[in-house]
Amino acid sequence: MPHAFTLGPADLIARPSGALHWPALELLCVSDLHLGKSERLARRGGSLLPPYETQETLARLDDEITATGARRVVCLGDSFDDLAAAERLDEAARLWLIRLMAGREWLWVEGNHDPGPADLGGSHHGALHLPPLTFRHEGGGEGFEVSGHFHPKARLAGQSHPCFLTDGRRLILPAFGAYTGGLRLEAPALQGLMGAGARAILTGRRCLVIPMPRS
Amino acid sequence: MHALPAPLADWFAAQGWDLHPHQMAMLGRAGAASTLLIAPTGGGKTLAGFLPSLCEISQNPVPGLHTLYISPLKALTADIRRNLRRPVEGAGLPIRIEDRTGDTTYTQRRRQRADPPHILLTTPESLALLLSYEDAPRIFQGLQRVVVDEIHALAESKRGDQLMLSLARLCNLSPNLRRVGLSATVEDPPALARFLGPDTAILQADPGPDPDITMIETEAAPPWSGGGGRYAIPAILNEISRHQTTLIFHNTRAQAEIFFHHLWLANTDDLPIGIHHGSLSREQRERVEQAMTEGKLRAVVCTGSLDLGIDWGDVDLVIQVGAPKNIKRLVQRIGRANHRYNAPSKALLVPANRFEVVECLAALQAVKAHALDGEPRGPGRRDVLCQHILATASSGPFDADTLYAEVITAGPYSTLTRPDFDACLDFAATGGYALRAYDRWQRLLLRNGKWQLRDPRSAAVIRQNLGTIIDTETLKVRLRGRAIPLGEIEESFAASLTPGDTFLIGGEVVRYEKLSELTVEVSRSPGRDPKVAVFSGTKFATSTQLSARILDILQQPRWPELPRHTAEWLTLQREVSRLPAPDRLLLESFPHDGREHLCIYGFAGRNAQQTLGLLLTKRMEETGLAPLGFVATDHATLIWGLDPVTDPAPLFDLPRLREGLGSWLQGNAVMKRTFRNSAIIAGLIERSHQGRRKSGRQATFSSDILYDTLRKYDPGHLMLQITREEALRGLVDFARIEEMLARIGPRIDLVRLPGLSPLSAPLFLEPGKVPVEGKGRERLAEDAARALLRAAGLD
Repeated sequence: MPHAFTLGPADLIARPSGALHWPALELLCVSDLHLGKSERLARRGGSLLPPYETQETLARLDDEITATGARRVVCLGDSFDDLAAAERLDEAARLWLIRLMAGREWLWVEGNHDPGPADLGGSHHGALHLPPLTFRHEGGGEGFEVSGHFHPKARLAGQSHPCFLTDGRRLILPAFGAYTGGLRLEAPALQGLMGAGARAILTGRRCLVIPMPRS
Repeated sequence: MHALPAPLADWFAAQGWDLHPHQMAMLGRAGAASTLLIAPTGGGKTLAGFLPSLCEISQNPVPGLHTLYISPLKALTADIRRNLRRPVEGAGLPIRIEDRTGDTTYTQRRRQRADPPHILLTTPESLALLLSYEDAPRIFQGLQRVVVDEIHALAESKRGDQLMLSLARLCNLSPNLRRVGLSATVEDPPALARFLGPDTAILQADPGPDPDITMIETEAAPPWSGGGGRYAIPAILNEISRHQTTLIFHNTRAQAEIFFHHLWLANTDDLPIGIHHGSLSREQRERVEQAMTEGKLRAVVCTGSLDLGIDWGDVDLVIQVGAPKNIKRLVQRIGRANHRYNAPSKALLVPANRFEVVECLAALQAVKAHALDGEPRGPGRRDVLCQHILATASSGPFDADTLYAEVITAGPYSTLTRPDFDACLDFAATGGYALRAYDRWQRLLLRNGKWQLRDPRSAAVIRQNLGTIIDTETLKVRLRGRAIPLGEIEESFAASLTPGDTFLIGGEVVRYEKLSELTVEVSRSPGRDPKVAVFSGTKFATSTQLSARILDILQQPRWPELPRHTAEWLTLQREVSRLPAPDRLLLESFPHDGREHLCIYGFAGRNAQQTLGLLLTKRMEETGLAPLGFVATDHATLIWGLDPVTDPAPLFDLPRLREGLGSWLQGNAVMKRTFRNSAIIAGLIERSHQGRRKSGRQATFSSDILYDTLRKYDPGHLMLQITREEALRGLVDFARIEEMLARIGPRIDLVRLPGLSPLSAPLFLEPGKVPVEGKGRERLAEDAARALLRAAGLD
């Protein structure tokens, strides 16, 4: 079950998948897809992880676009595990992405892993202003801000869930990619970004809201 | 036959030492290719293993490695070095002895590779690492003998698989290598001999006199259920004061902690007593070991962490608290008392509850009958082979045919087929995925007919990943403001704590304050009732043979050898219901407390009874019997639900149970943990990734994600096959369910009772009740979220 909330004047919906829906703009925002992660690790001589995460992530994104009927899609940075991974995307994945992009406004926001445009169409942005909200990969700026980067996760009843984190001015998205870890809410980086009264919206079968634990 | 060199013979004579017959026999067999020596604890096994080396080196002291000694414990290598140096230095023999473990300094290790000592004492992991270096052939070219100590312990785990692969490698590097295995008493010596290698001869030392072993007699009867043996504390304190040094073994770390806590509270005479288990910090453990060696302790409360290791001559009593579960381990533990050859060991069994009285009696009878138990070890694990292939590639290019020929000379892998080997090689080289995604980035490449690392730098990663011991994710526990940690607790346990909760560690009650930098900060909180620490120590299941003996005891018309309270309890059960029998399955069905209950006396061991609970409740759910939960012990499973079971036969249909197992296993947490361990061993997940968590940065993602991804996109993958195989052998233990069904055949007796029976009553007090999965977990999380919001005033 999705969770509706507001960020300043904007009415938003946190989806159990970790995607953010902004119905007024018919916009779907996902962060930290990290497509091509297994390929990048292998290229660097590391483990040969199951090479299926791009497929899995795109399938989930496909489902979310269908479910929300979004006309605009914002990928909030670290969409690719690095720029080479974007270039080496296999043909099936590339075609799948292109099919998703067709007929939609597609906005790539750059992240620390993919600091440049990929050869895939759509528009490329350092930060994206869609008043009253600003979308940037790593939070910490002015105004009502939507960001990603940290992969926040919360523990509840002995289980760990990726989560949204918001204090009413800032919103941090969970990582949407299949092969992504998380940062505990207790981490100083997240504690420093969030003001008083911050809440975490947990992803999973349904969205659950808990107060952000403060240290 | 070697004669002892004169200086050594003189030195022995000066000490007043006579060689035991089996030590002489080992000298006689010095030239044999492979020998397994089985001798009781305290029989001077280790010296027997070294004597031929001491003779050969002192007669022909050429530089270079002559003998490699491998022990399962790091601490043991240091101890052996000290013990061995005494005769060597005493007799002035020109023999250099050094140890090499994970604790050895970098400089020392470098030097050892350049200029190896005559005798190198090491562990299976350090040996695997040595073999992964390019200069391994040079280091080992002159090696004459390899001595594997406590081989019975190594054979029980994957460490044994790894070691035998390493020995196969060594035999190729030094074709004249002779092997010696040293073992405590085991149930199947020929199997252990095959494990050590082809053509292994068995040498049995005189087992020594039978142990003096009894069951404790206490004023208070043991409780109906639970573990720990608190009721026996006055009697145990009395025994401690009457003996020089007592070892008090417990089956789990948590029980050792609780027992130590209460023992300490009752210890009005202030007897010096320590605690020792694997979750305590190394400093803590070393302090206890030191005090023990110096004879400063009258007792040590311990777990399997003291099953092996340093010989303490002063131990004159071993107490086993809780049913021994396994006769072989009991016998080995008893051997820890009186480490003097030819003196009987003295041991006392303390059943922790009423049922364990019967189990202890069964164990006593088994020990007296010299009937040891043990499950056959099964073939070598393929995740270990994957690691071995990567390690081999790190030392240099290899030919697949040659490596296969070498691998099948290792005992555990003697039946490995070529297709299975090739699948492991393919996994190491390409990841082994149905989607051949890594053509450009293979880990191993075939060049000029030989397999080699694509990127030579990856050797460093592979070396870091060597070994088959996988630590659970733990957090250090530290007193506020102190630097030295008290010990470690599992991360999942830490996550369940909220500030103010108390738990036991190192015998102290501490209060959880906060988590800081991945250390659990606590303060002392004496006198409060602790929540118990959950440790990762394995829960052993009662062995098949011991279960069979218990069933036999239950058939007796009367029980004169049992204490009256227990005999009366069994008599009452016979009157009210029936007693379980070896060739039948007893089921009791009865209402209690508004719920319907079904009690299944399968005697299949804890893990199998647990699995049975999961499978049966799943079947009951499907047939609309609305099960709500279950609890399992070593001998029974108790299921409760809304409707009574009237026709049990379909529930125990083997093909259906197997089918249920298949679907249940997949999403199961046991499988995910098993997958993680195998994936680390096989080199799919890097061990160093685990450590990255500690930097407080974004953690790498959980291995559960990889497991789920593979299941979805590549269900036939090698790692999933390995995981399934492992889980079935270990925690799931489906083999024991099949064994039980074969034993009972169609003979299922369902007894309908008006209420609970004497035998089922203790199960109601058992901890570890498992709620049947449904909407329950979700509702729990929702309630927890609501409570948090309310507490924060955000409702």
